[in-house]
Amino acid sequence: MAKIISVKEVANKIIRGEKMFIVDARNAEEFANWRIEGKNVEVVNIPYFEILDGVEPFLDRLPKDKNTTIYSVCAKGGSSEFVAEQLEQAGYQNVYSIEGGMKAWSEHLEPVKIGELKSGGTLYQFVRLGKGCLSYLVESNGEGALIDTNRMTDVYVRFVKEHGITIKHVIDTHLHADHISGGRKLAEQLGATYYLPPKDAEEVTFSYTPIQDGDRIQVGNVVIKALYSPGHTIGSTSFIVDDQYLLTGDILFIDSIGRPDLAGKVQDWVSDLRQTLYKRYKQLADDWVVLPAHYMGPNEMNEDGSVAEALGVLYKQNHGLNIGSEEEFRKTVTENLPPQPNAYKEIRQTNMGKLSPDEEQQREMEIGPNRCAVR
Amino acid sequence: MNVAKVLDAKGLSCPMPVVKAKKAMDELTSGQVLEVQTTDKGAKSDLPAWAQASGHKVIDIKEENGILTFWIEKG
Repeated sequence: MAKIISVKEVANKIIRGEKMFIVDARNAEEFANWRIEGKNVEVVNIPYFEILDGVEPFLDRLPKDKNTTIYSVCAKGGSSEFVAEQLEQAGYQNVYSIEGGMKAWSEHLEPVKIGELKSGGTLYQFVRLGKGCLSYLVESNGEGALIDTNRMTDVYVRFVKEHGITIKHVIDTHLHADHISGGRKLAEQLGATYYLPPKDAEEVTFSYTPIQDGDRIQVGNVVIKALYSPGHTIGSTSFIVDDQYLLTGDILFIDSIGRPDLAGKVQDWVSDLRQTLYKRYKQLADDWVVLPAHYMGPNEMNEDGSVAEALGVLYKQNHGLNIGSEEEFRKTVTENLPPQPNAYKEIRQTNMGKLSPDEEQQREMEIGPNRCAVR
Repeated sequence: MNVAKVLDAKGLSCPMPVVKAKKAMDELTSGQVLEVQTTDKGAKSDLPAWAQASGHKVIDIKEENGILTFWIEKG
């Protein structure tokens, strides 16, 4: 029988930068679209249905040393067990099937402590490695605010219970198009206020509290300030935590910038995006740490598993912040864009409350990478 | 269409529909048609991909009431 490893253990290995050799047993199309990534992760695609008689035809793509640890993964965790057994039969001694497959991988959230807050408190980042989504918990004096949460609400609920935190505020920086927000559900469940930027919420079917430029939210001893920063969407709002951290949503990432085309108004929003990145953010302190709502690849992850960088460093290193002419900027963010995220229109409608897909349908809608950025 | 064998793989999940389809196909001769019934969503793309990799030909696919039926001709 093949050994099993949980996605949590896989996440920890990736964050620690361990070397991993993964056999992805899904079909070539699914593999090309989306896979497990990490700094020291090597993945080969060997569909399970091509090794029904054994792995011998693929030995040249597998490690020569039969003692090398191999991890197998598939869509849901069934075929990867089959593949692990085939690898064992070929003589590999240390084979682990990743439990729950890419489905579980896509839904795993790993909490990473970003740092202490000057006014007293802690900031945590929840890293969704399988999809590159980042969400946040600001804690101070037993109170908390959650920002840009994913639909796996039980993870946050468990975490705040374990840490004795009472969530008072749940915030979305904008109406998300790549993942289903857990915001509304969490606010209901925890008795918190749910904030949305009103310009992104014109079509929502539920009640919410509008959050506008200059608004201040008190969390224990810490103040979270809203900074209107349109461009990815018309409502996109950034949040300044304790005058130390800048939560940028999908406007500014570590190695890329937001794309303005996911709500059908690309030409209108280009100049907003330019203004936000080249004027509004420029007035902020260089040493504030940027915490985005997404990351695109392992190169954006720090040694401790966090995804964060000082604003001043980004102004030097991020290509999207260093495009001199407005015309070139317009071209960069409107032409040759990556494919739009899977089911992004349906995801937007779900986040507006217009669609109510069941959990299985929500999973299907979120399959694949987030693709919210332009490089 | 002349179906030589029917494989009922309903209720089975990945990888079993493909594993069983392969076993059933091994008993057929070139040109014969295997009918595979499955309820596994993953099979929708994996059965054709397996058929292609193994030199078989998917002649028809039907989806009805959550049941996927494939007709695959042995290569």
